[in-house]
Amino acid sequence: MQNAALTIAGRQIRSRLMLGTGKFASGELMRDAIVASGTEIVTVALRRADLTGKGDPFANILDFIPKEVLLLPNTSGAMNAEEAVRLARLAVAAGLPNWVKLEIHPDPRYLLPDPIETLKAAEVLVKEGFIVLPYINADPVLARRLQDVGTATVMPLGSPIGSHQGITTRKQIEIIIAQATVPVVVDAGIGAPSHAAEAFEMGADAVLVNTAIAVASDPVRMGIAFKQAVEAGRAAYEMGIGHQSDEASATSPLTTFLYQS
Amino acid sequence: MHTAFSAILDALPERKSPLMERFWSLLEPKGPAQLETMARESQQLTRRNFGKTMRMFAPLYVSNECINNCSYCGFSRDNTAILRVTLTIEQVIKEAQHLAGQGFRNILLVAGEHPRFVSDGYLEECISALREWVPTIGIEVGPMEAPEYSQMVEAGCEGLVVYQETYDRVLYDKMHTAGPKKDFDWRLACPERGYAGGFRRIGIGALFGLSDWRMEALRLAAHLEFLYKQCWKAQFTVAFPRLRPAAGGFKPLTDFHDASLVQTLCAFRLCFPEVGIVLSTREPAALRDALAPLGVTAMSAGSHTEPGGYTGVGTDDLHQTVKGRRVELQDAEPGRQKAEGQFGIADERTPTEVSAMLRARGLDPVWKDWDPAILQSTLTLTAP
Repeated sequence: MQNAALTIAGRQIRSRLMLGTGKFASGELMRDAIVASGTEIVTVALRRADLTGKGDPFANILDFIPKEVLLLPNTSGAMNAEEAVRLARLAVAAGLPNWVKLEIHPDPRYLLPDPIETLKAAEVLVKEGFIVLPYINADPVLARRLQDVGTATVMPLGSPIGSHQGITTRKQIEIIIAQATVPVVVDAGIGAPSHAAEAFEMGADAVLVNTAIAVASDPVRMGIAFKQAVEAGRAAYEMGIGHQSDEASATSPLTTFLYQS
Repeated sequence: MHTAFSAILDALPERKSPLMERFWSLLEPKGPAQLETMARESQQLTRRNFGKTMRMFAPLYVSNECINNCSYCGFSRDNTAILRVTLTIEQVIKEAQHLAGQGFRNILLVAGEHPRFVSDGYLEECISALREWVPTIGIEVGPMEAPEYSQMVEAGCEGLVVYQETYDRVLYDKMHTAGPKKDFDWRLACPERGYAGGFRRIGIGALFGLSDWRMEALRLAAHLEFLYKQCWKAQFTVAFPRLRPAAGGFKPLTDFHDASLVQTLCAFRLCFPEVGIVLSTREPAALRDALAPLGVTAMSAGSHTEPGGYTGVGTDDLHQTVKGRRVELQDAEPGRQKAEGQFGIADERTPTEVSAMLRARGLDPVWKDWDPAILQSTLTLTAP
């Protein structure tokens, strides 16, 4: 039996694994990893792409993205709402999809997203008809505010980008998932397939992985490993996983006396 | 502008932050096995933070006029015998076009400090002339006040490079015998003024071969730690340039061997996983090849340090400068002479050769990593 498909902004997506395109050793390797992972959505930093339409051979990252996958331009490099909005408009003007992964991280050290600027930009972009997927810290109130604005997903971070720490924001993400009316995509910090599986077992709708695949000794094989972990985690979630308990089940029932006569 | 870093600097090495304690211990003498461990960890951290990539950039020297005397620098004003030139805007464009043709999308404009030649508005004109087709423009020029830096940013400049040269106050005073550069603290506060002026990428560094390398590295690291707190939105790079032969014939005062360079580089990476580390062509090819996978994140290639060096422009205007005045050449031989370079280049390979080397080591040369459209500040947050 297949896992349920995911719908984002009316688009049905079979693979729940999204890929980032930075940090690969070559365009060819990136393309092969994308194909092997079975992903249907990949995100690209607009600052690395040639947006002039002149086909710059020294900024040709887009040429390596297979035509079948949905290109999700991201606003990495933007430090505030204004810059992010400008980049998103630029992408559409350059013929890219009107989907945007909204990321505004003014702090280049930990790349943690700015909640205030993200909300501001989301308001503008949603009004302008963009499909907005905002990258946020695992803040349940911010997630709700963004939902209210009309974003297509929320993308809370598991831990800082590239840190490979896994889901250190677990408790907060659990709240976000419990409250979500839009798909929850766990983005950043997923360093191992087990982290991805964990996100799905928690009830996440998708994950976005970049560094763990890009810097692996064999990105193609790692792409496959993540694909399998994503499918396993999601399948387990759909079937229902037994609750964990700190204590053993009581062997002597506590309430059977009620029914003894 | 006074910088609060002065007090921190002057308290070194006695008073150190916990991070600087760690940095200092990483600089202690290490055996080969310990250095190897540091290198492995440095490589791993670099891959995790920067991926398997290398940012490519090129310096473009626009003027070698200088009002300062820096004992180690070929452009020093007392080197009156050297040939000098300041490129016209058209010549700067020609040089930049040549670099763009080689692939560079990140150009660093470099000039000596001389208000008469590199005068008001000149750098803005250079930047404005390139901004439409050079995605990333940086400057490495004489220090300015924050409002002047703002003008550079508004013109389309995004990166500022300013090296303290040496963080050793006493030695700094000895090395810089004349000119505005003599003021140590004015230069020390430069990165903060640049940040106030709106720069996003700020490069700092020290010239190794002047002061004791461990102390120099520690002071540079402490500066970086300070700047990360003060200027939290800026991206920082560091560099550890070693003295190279230059006009004037200055000889290094201290040793900074390859092993020390590696140790310094790794110590920075281990303490600052996110900092960009820049390696120029002043290092020889074989060493650059070995350092590329260790922690370096940005490299130049095929560089020239003389104005007009890429295309030969400017040779018709060569002259000497004595006491701030232009002196025409007596025995000019047009086309046969060229302007003096700041220092000799050691890795003379072409950008194509260097990028092939990087690919062979599993690193993707990244030429474009910025889009100037991000900064065009005419937009308001309402629908067009």
